[in-house]
Amino acid sequence: MPMQDSLQVVVDRLKDKFGDNILSVSEFRDEVTVRFKPEVWLEAHTFLKEDPDCAFNMMIDETAADYPLRPDRFDVICHLLSLDKRHRLRTKTQTVEHIPSLVPVWRTANWHERETYDLFGIIYDGHPDLRRILLTEDWEGFPLRKDYPVEGYDM
Amino acid sequence: MQETKTAPQNGEFQSSQKRMRLNMGPQHPSTHGVLQIVLDLEGEVVMRCDPVPGYLHRGTEKLAEGKYYNQIIPLTDRLDYVSAFNNNVAFVLAVEKLLGIEIPSRANWIRMILMELQRIASHLIWFGTHVMDIGAVTAFLYAMREREMILDIFEMCCGARLTYSYCRVGGLMADTPPGFEEKVEEFVKHFPKAHAEYMKLVTKNPIFMDRTVDVGVITAEDAIDMGLTGASLRGSGVNWDLRKHEPYIHYDQIDFDVPLGSKGDCYDRYLCRMEEMLQSVRIVDQCMKFLKAGPVRADDPKVMLPPKELAMSQAEAMQRHFVQVIHGFATPVGEAYGKIEASKGELGFYLISDGSSRPYRMKIRGPSYVNLQSLPLLTEGGMVADVIACIGTIDIVLGEVDR
Amino acid sequence: MGLLNNKFEENIVTTTVDSLIGWAKKSSMFPLLLGTACCGIEMMAVGYSRFDVLERFGMLFRFSPRQSDVMIVAGTVTKKMAPVIKTVYDQMADPKYVIAVGSCAISGNIYKNYSTLQGLDRIVPVDVYIPGCPPIPEAFAYGIIELQKKIQREKVIRKNKEVLDPTAPPTGDVAAIKRPGYIKLPTAEDYAAFLDKDIEEIEAERSLLMPGRGSETK
Repeated sequence: MPMQDSLQVVVDRLKDKFGDNILSVSEFRDEVTVRFKPEVWLEAHTFLKEDPDCAFNMMIDETAADYPLRPDRFDVICHLLSLDKRHRLRTKTQTVEHIPSLVPVWRTANWHERETYDLFGIIYDGHPDLRRILLTEDWEGFPLRKDYPVEGYDM
Repeated sequence: MQETKTAPQNGEFQSSQKRMRLNMGPQHPSTHGVLQIVLDLEGEVVMRCDPVPGYLHRGTEKLAEGKYYNQIIPLTDRLDYVSAFNNNVAFVLAVEKLLGIEIPSRANWIRMILMELQRIASHLIWFGTHVMDIGAVTAFLYAMREREMILDIFEMCCGARLTYSYCRVGGLMADTPPGFEEKVEEFVKHFPKAHAEYMKLVTKNPIFMDRTVDVGVITAEDAIDMGLTGASLRGSGVNWDLRKHEPYIHYDQIDFDVPLGSKGDCYDRYLCRMEEMLQSVRIVDQCMKFLKAGPVRADDPKVMLPPKELAMSQAEAMQRHFVQVIHGFATPVGEAYGKIEASKGELGFYLISDGSSRPYRMKIRGPSYVNLQSLPLLTEGGMVADVIACIGTIDIVLGEVDR
Repeated sequence: MGLLNNKFEENIVTTTVDSLIGWAKKSSMFPLLLGTACCGIEMMAVGYSRFDVLERFGMLFRFSPRQSDVMIVAGTVTKKMAPVIKTVYDQMADPKYVIAVGSCAISGNIYKNYSTLQGLDRIVPVDVYIPGCPPIPEAFAYGIIELQKKIQREKVIRKNKEVLDPTAPPTGDVAAIKRPGYIKLPTAEDYAAFLDKDIEEIEAERSLLMPGRGSETK
């Protein structure tokens, strides 16, 4: 498949550069997911944007998922798109609370990270303006965590 | 309207006697819903613009974690409520990718026809409200006239005018009634004449051109960096349309053009969207020729409900119906990202499944949310009145912004 | 009645002052549109050329609360938006009415979660509820006609027996709402008092209520 060839090149280049810092590479239904260690999160994305074989110039989405039974309970997930090479990649990492912000790489990460902070409580180090966006400023708690009830606390 | 001294943030602006903080509050006729924009003005010039969304945050993602896949479809209707069928299809594409099932071709062609009709309906609302905000109030009445024809077609198929829930995982809810094809062809014949009328009235109007040419300019690099998609990106000259470059359903068998702008101002985006409406009519016309009789629901017994006659007469079919309604159907462990080129940009549903019949996490990538983020870039340095034109030109719908 | 009996020709209309005031108020309502979500789009479509529900009743959209007297809230009300709606309602001048359009404004609809207010009547008193998701245009027309009937019935010059306080929060006590055919629901004290009674008293009461029947314990 044409998509898989250019993505195979990307995965090879990532493995060359980061080696042990990549925890896993998986593929499901034509989508490739790469899991990094949180220490190389910012460096990996700078490489993915600037390297001419990868050329991921647009960030589509940045979000998180909550696995409360794990010690590193949050999974931070990023979807990337390259307009020139026409391929997509999903990158993941895991953290308990802090993760470096990707705003220096793509400016669109600004609101994605504010929303993830608002709903999950993950703190992005280096974000220029981290405050709540979808809920009121004085809201307590982080609704999308698995231990927050759907109906909230004051129905 | 008192003078405010605000504390310096980022060390950027000085507290000046002339600077005023104005709140274009959530209740405002031209914010297309409940959007609050906090403006820092010096005279008429916008120094800082800070949109505050969240007044329509309804917690769709949290609710979806407790529902079966078919039960989430009505929730997705209410995201981009002016073109509800597009959201249904995007979600259902994600689930079908997870399951790995095949959809019968008649269902796919009907989905394409209805999606393009929805694109036209959404652009008509954009046209009506954008031009009405700029000052030409009667444009809205003209746009509503054609939109009512589209809503009639949908009401004939599924009974509702605005929130359809017509898609199901594996196909459609039911086949289209007799008379569907004639109505669609009647619309296809009528619409280009109405479109020519709109172009004659608005496009070369000097007041409209004054208010939109060279207003809200965004360059191609900035647009890609800010994650813009849809007509907002194509207005700046970037050739990217998911229907052409990452085709889904049967878009690779259809012949159509993608209009591109050059300067990236409001006028270019206006022309892009107007031309997209005509291209959509062209797509619908070609799809009607491919439409043949056949089933509209996939043949997979685990996913689709059995036909009603069988469920009422055979015991196994009734059991199957019961189990699927009470327990849903399970998806394999994994994740999928289903995306379409919606009327506002790239609409994506990211689903993480843990092997049960409910999603573990559903993330909605709403194009209006990402497009709204670029509003400060469009308005800073311009006048207050241009803020209204810029909100209209990036075409937001608050259901998608706040989810 | 001898002096006025059959005195007037056919070209004089007689009515009460209240009916006249009611007719004037109902025929010139100026709605304030608070369209928040999908019902807002439907309301815009309904107010324009095909259905024309608003113009033919003499209504004209005003976008400022200072100039309007009916507040039409169409769409979901979230907890972030609720103080804004209350402020807008307070800015309107008396006499004012509220129409809640759509299931979300009536009771929260399918959004039973942390961020949605379960109904508009938790913050402002509502006069007419129009159900639907979204309601069909004919339902809009019906709702507006019901509001017109309600305005026509209002007592302006005549005394109101019960003066309702519009700024009081709605009471959540179901047993305290009086309805015609008011039935007192039994409470825990009633049940305790029943348990303390002797068996002969209960039999005596029962024979009073059902005179034809004898007691069944014998």
